[in-house]
Amino acid sequence: MQTLNQALFIFFAVLAVASAILMVTRRNIVHGAVFLITTLLSTAGIFLLLEAEFLFIVQVILYVGGIMVLFVFVIMLVNLDVSMRQVQFNRQWFVAGALALVLAAQFLFAIWAGRGALRLPAMADEISPKNTEAVADALFSHYMLPFEIASILLLVAMIGAVVMAKRRVG
Amino acid sequence: MGHLIPPSIMPYVLPVLYAVVIVAVLPLLAGYIVLMERKVMADMQARLGPMRVGPHGLLQPIADAVKLLLKEDIIPDKADRLMFWFAPLVSVTMALLAYSALAIGPAFQIADLNIGLLFILAVSSLGIYGIVLGGWASNSHYSLLGALRSAAQLVSYETAAGLGLISVLLLAGSLSMKDIVQAQSDQGVWFGFSVPFGFFIYLVGSIAETNRAPCDLPEAESELVAGYMTEYSGFRWSLYFLAEYANMIIVAGIATTLFLGGWLRPGARYHEHIPGTGIEWLDALPALLTLGVALYSLKLAPQQPVKIQKIVMGLVAVLCLGIAGILAGALFAPAGVMQGIHGAFWFMAKVFAYIYAFLWIRFTFPRYRFDQLMRLGWRFLIPLALVNVIGVGVAIVLRQQFAWGPIVSLIPTTLATLGVAMLLAKDDAPVSEAQTADGE
Amino acid sequence: MNDERTTKTISGMDSVDTTVLGADEIILNMGPQHPSTHGVLRVKLKLDGERVAGSECIIGYLHRGVEKIAEHRSYQQFAPYVDRMDYVAAVSNGLGYCEAVEKLLGTEAPPRARVVRTILTELQRIASHLLWLGTHALDIGALTPVFYCFREREEILKIFEKYCGARLTTHAFRIGGLQYETYDGFEEDTKRFCNDFAHKIDEYETLLTENRIWVGRTKGVGILNAADAIALGVTGPVLRASGVKWDLRKAQPYAAYDQYEFDIPTRETGDTYDRYVVRMEEMRQSRRICLQAVENIPTGPIMARIGKVLKPPPGEVYHSIEAPKGELGYYIVSDGTTQPYRVRVRPPSFINLQAFDKMAKGSLIADVVAIIGTIDIVLGEVDR
Repeated sequence: MQTLNQALFIFFAVLAVASAILMVTRRNIVHGAVFLITTLLSTAGIFLLLEAEFLFIVQVILYVGGIMVLFVFVIMLVNLDVSMRQVQFNRQWFVAGALALVLAAQFLFAIWAGRGALRLPAMADEISPKNTEAVADALFSHYMLPFEIASILLLVAMIGAVVMAKRRVG
Repeated sequence: MGHLIPPSIMPYVLPVLYAVVIVAVLPLLAGYIVLMERKVMADMQARLGPMRVGPHGLLQPIADAVKLLLKEDIIPDKADRLMFWFAPLVSVTMALLAYSALAIGPAFQIADLNIGLLFILAVSSLGIYGIVLGGWASNSHYSLLGALRSAAQLVSYETAAGLGLISVLLLAGSLSMKDIVQAQSDQGVWFGFSVPFGFFIYLVGSIAETNRAPCDLPEAESELVAGYMTEYSGFRWSLYFLAEYANMIIVAGIATTLFLGGWLRPGARYHEHIPGTGIEWLDALPALLTLGVALYSLKLAPQQPVKIQKIVMGLVAVLCLGIAGILAGALFAPAGVMQGIHGAFWFMAKVFAYIYAFLWIRFTFPRYRFDQLMRLGWRFLIPLALVNVIGVGVAIVLRQQFAWGPIVSLIPTTLATLGVAMLLAKDDAPVSEAQTADGE
Repeated sequence: MNDERTTKTISGMDSVDTTVLGADEIILNMGPQHPSTHGVLRVKLKLDGERVAGSECIIGYLHRGVEKIAEHRSYQQFAPYVDRMDYVAAVSNGLGYCEAVEKLLGTEAPPRARVVRTILTELQRIASHLLWLGTHALDIGALTPVFYCFREREEILKIFEKYCGARLTTHAFRIGGLQYETYDGFEEDTKRFCNDFAHKIDEYETLLTENRIWVGRTKGVGILNAADAIALGVTGPVLRASGVKWDLRKAQPYAAYDQYEFDIPTRETGDTYDRYVVRMEEMRQSRRICLQAVENIPTGPIMARIGKVLKPPPGEVYHSIEAPKGELGYYIVSDGTTQPYRVRVRPPSFINLQAFDKMAKGSLIADVVAIIGTIDIVLGEVDR
């Protein structure tokens, strides 16, 4: 069982990293989007391995099934021929590369510094089968305030989008 | 058998078996749903439909499948070959994957996930990539238009249909397909009756999601030729076709599970039969029904024009007799076996009834225009679904606080939703549509 | 569809301003091979999103030079050719041609022939409208009416077949009258059809007239106002739906129409729905004419005495009739020989198609099919 889990983890992890790299390097923007979808799905698979079914499903429904559909929708409106001919990496690539290196170093340091806290506690047996309820419980009792703040933020964004769309039509 | 299979693999044997059966049977089933569609269509349109291949066209699906497999496979010159190859696979894989959580009777289920419903919804919503990428990869305006319409339509109606489902989830308190059926058994009412508006919203939403008429805009024949499938032919085309019909079965399965009591026989509880309700004879109905079909086919067999058709009709009779025998035998088997077999029968019967409703609607109504469809989704169904969900929440509070019955507590909700529906419908009358269409 | 994929646009929702997305207009070719351009019509659409910014009808894919052929055939020999113009209303075509030549000869068909011609032409009008209704409904996505329509059309075609042996390109009439006497039971067949048809037409209306989707798809779509309709020379149901009460059967009666009572249905708005209502009512009126005519068919000869070889005096004539699709006119010039010097046809479909651009501008792609359907064109007649 353990080996199967490990094999699956390695599969998903490699798939996620590989597709992430491919997503950045593909010239064809639609192919890029497809690789982004693969990345998101592999991450979802890792969630599933961790027995976080709810997270898995939210990842699939929201990111892959919702947001990425809109991404692809917009991408198809874009002029593909022009983007194919454009230079993929411009002259400032070394600045970006340096920044990325710095960021990577920071991450590595952070992980190294907090290595003791990385070991997750074993999952409590009683909540694992009722994943959805556990998430709901946490959201609506313990993290009520942040949840509501996030809701209001989204509502404001939504109203803003509607107002902007209305103005443009008018 | 026990000693042949190591015990560590044992729990996987049955699900794998089911999966193999589903993958093997589903294309056949989809073929026969096409035949059913053509026969129903013919009946409604005062004609006979397929009659030549096999008796009453019973072998038509097989002939169609062979034809499709042998057809030339054409890839347009400027198509994105990789995507063109990949897209139908996505569609069909996702459609098949969704079956893994569908419970066809209490005994037939590949995996009883505790997020079963969400899993089905998530996976079947991924099928859209098959359509969108296929439409894009074809490098054709018709295909692209079809794909984009499809994406917009699916995203819109998924919201409405999902809200329709939430009303049931509130009542059932679970996402597992088995538990939802169990909840309907416990409460003694199918949720389709206690939240009729949830059912209605899901019905409309599911028609739009599966791209069926009157919402078949992505493949509207008279406008976009065949929409996203325009450039596809042969086997790839049949994969899309298979995915479409598989999705129909999926949405019918979801509706059956959530609103029509799943595999429950009308009037029955999940675990035990309530004595004295007076409709135990319904237990005998499946066997009698199939026996009737068998006898009818037997009567028809000698009337067939060709010898081979007589033989095939006779075989159909024998098949039905066999099924009738199994269904009858199950009555005397242990309760678990009986529920498994009869549950599957009732589930499939309800699924087909739901698909029949799809067909009926298809052959009756003209097609929506795209903006009208969007208006229906966003301005009618979604507000209605929101009101419905809030109402169901109120009803649950009423039930908990005042101990009202499960049906009584939902009556105010239904009435309130009906009121809102009428308000919205008045607001959205065709005349005003005409004005907006004209006034730009 | 060979345009390179340089520009794209499309946004489903009409409220989205596509220019914001940086998308340009695209050109979409509909036809000549397209399921709902009713034959080989090719429409070049300039699209702004799904909205039509402009359109151009390209015709001629079915051109057979009918008018030129006429110059090398005798008057009688040319008669079957006119059936091939509006091939779903061959009888009406034949009537127009025969009457035009009769006018040129200065003769008239005998009364019996004229009444039988009226009955057959009105049956043909019903058949043509039925075909229109079925295909129009099919374009808008209603799959079933077309089969009901064909069921009734079949009855009409059976009457034609019994009468003259042909169903589609009938060549039912001859210059000077009729070749065939009516068959035994012609009156009963016609009456039976007319009586049944009253219920059948109600059946179609239950499927469509008050259907929300149908009304939504047709009301306010492809509006053509009366002034534009007259300016473009539009005739037939399309003109009457715009509110102009003009019907040649009343305005310049021919055949036996002056003997019968019937109404000319008109509507005000001139949208697709109105044209639908007008044509439905016209079928009812045609049925009324048939019933009146079949009650009282005069006896007597069916052919005028015009001789075997037709040599009309030199001169010219224009004669037009109210075909199912509008004014069908024949302008014939004779040089005194057995062959016409020139035949010019004024086909209703061709003229009515001019109104397409006006109707389609600002509508959606889905409306384009509805509009092509509502004009009721037959490409055989448009291209000749």
